[in-house]
Amino acid sequence: MEDIKKLEEFQAKIDAEIKIEPKDWMPEDYRKHLQRQISQHAHSEIIGMQPEGNWLLRAPSLRAKVVLLAKIQDEAGHGLYLYSAAETLGKSRTEYLNELKTGKAKYSSIFNYPTLTWADMGAVGWLVDGAAIVNQVSLQRTSYGPYARGMVKICKEESFHQRQGYEIIADMAKGTPEQKEMAQDALNRFWWPSIMMFGPHDSDSPNTGNAVKWKIKRATNDQLRQSFIDKTVHQAEIIGLTIPDPDLKWNEERGSYDFGEMDWDEFWSVVKGGGPCSKQRLKHYNDAHNNGEWVREAAKAYTDKQTSKQNVA
Amino acid sequence: MTKNEALVKYCLRLGDSSLILGQRMAEWCSNGPVLEEDIAMSNIGLDLFGQSRTMLTYAGEIEGKDRTENDFAFKRLEREFFNNLMSERPNGHFGDTVVRNLFLSAHTYHLYKKLSSSSDNTIAAFAAKSLKEVTYHLRHSAEWVVRLGDGTKESHSKTQQSVNDLWEYTADLFAMNEVDELLIKENIAIDLNEIKPLWDNTINEVLERATLTRPEDSFMQKGSLNGMHSEALGHLLTEMQFLPRAYPDAKW
Repeated sequence: MEDIKKLEEFQAKIDAEIKIEPKDWMPEDYRKHLQRQISQHAHSEIIGMQPEGNWLLRAPSLRAKVVLLAKIQDEAGHGLYLYSAAETLGKSRTEYLNELKTGKAKYSSIFNYPTLTWADMGAVGWLVDGAAIVNQVSLQRTSYGPYARGMVKICKEESFHQRQGYEIIADMAKGTPEQKEMAQDALNRFWWPSIMMFGPHDSDSPNTGNAVKWKIKRATNDQLRQSFIDKTVHQAEIIGLTIPDPDLKWNEERGSYDFGEMDWDEFWSVVKGGGPCSKQRLKHYNDAHNNGEWVREAAKAYTDKQTSKQNVA
Repeated sequence: MTKNEALVKYCLRLGDSSLILGQRMAEWCSNGPVLEEDIAMSNIGLDLFGQSRTMLTYAGEIEGKDRTENDFAFKRLEREFFNNLMSERPNGHFGDTVVRNLFLSAHTYHLYKKLSSSSDNTIAAFAAKSLKEVTYHLRHSAEWVVRLGDGTKESHSKTQQSVNDLWEYTADLFAMNEVDELLIKENIAIDLNEIKPLWDNTINEVLERATLTRPEDSFMQKGSLNGMHSEALGHLLTEMQFLPRAYPDAKW
């Protein structure tokens, strides 16, 4: 009885657009859904440092290098905010990171694709961050207070990332024939994985039901995907690149683009760990973490010594 | 050698040392022992690249041959770089990195403090701005050397080894030649003999707090003033310069 009453009050708050805060009562499924979603989001920021880090040392100008380094640093910072937001749900950063380390937790599949040329730094910023922004703008209104507030700050930085990527790809598209070829190739490789970042079609998405009712999700996968495609097609046209989808066509009636079917076999195979870089990304994370073990132990030992000295004094 | 020729070389020394160390710091990206350290090391890298850009751009202006920061960074060969030998030491493990950075940031900290009253306005302004940054770099590296030195048995022995291994590159930080002679007379550059005792004090103090032993001076490596580097620099440049060299006509 008690729980039903609490659940009704909870839903009433959600319906009235009142944010849920860490100490408020919440259904266990709501808590679990957010723990999973926010930590996956945090893990994506952390793993996402790798494909861009792959070109950091080879950036072709000093300006490009500092912009890229600043961007990757922002991502590490986003990871920090998001782990903090996730910790308000009663689980520690160490626990979340253990789930990443052991492969139990997922992160965005897009980071399991390789970055093969400098143009990929453009494609990642323009398309991957572009897709992420569409999702994150909508999450600024999510019902869980700490997550929504984190998103407001993150969105500001993400829009700078998207412009950084678009600038790289636009410069290359108007550059030498080799540069233009690299830009088109990057678009060809990143287009489909980017639009699959929004997840399965609504009809095949098992997590959508309660998430929409609880206003964790403010728009469905298909709505977000459509909004991303509608704004990106024009951006490609401006710089003279072609979206690699023969079925892409403006639909006057819907006021949106129709587009071809995505390769869901590939999507699920990458989600399940079969992406070209899946093993590499996780191994890289684990190696860095393991190599740092002695450093973390030393820092702890040093702090313990200082504390006991103070206690004696 | 004219004053301007000397000044170009002096700017390249400062700019190259920041650039090469910045590149080393960028190598840490996504490899730090904790997320906070990844962010800190990126910060240091960003400061260093910024410092380098100022000095390389200024070198180009004085030289008057239309060379830009990117021409200097991406289109010179190993023997044309004047970064100190310490800055190109490979990252090794985290202890090697923070010891190397301690030796370097203690050097730039004392140098920039004095250079901020250089008679060359650009150098003085550069030094004053950079001093704020390297003050943090020194604090960061010194605190880590203390934590690692006075941490566990393992961290102590690893970090003492780092100190021992890197010691032979410290003398190169204080080497001078006719460039210095000329610019010291003009009150542009600082006599590094004035910096050495200050550096010694800082290093001794940090090593003592870290319960580490200062090595005896024995064989000391030198050569950066003549563009004589270790093998490590060539590999760093190969990676860093790849795109502008593979596509010389491209603009990025």
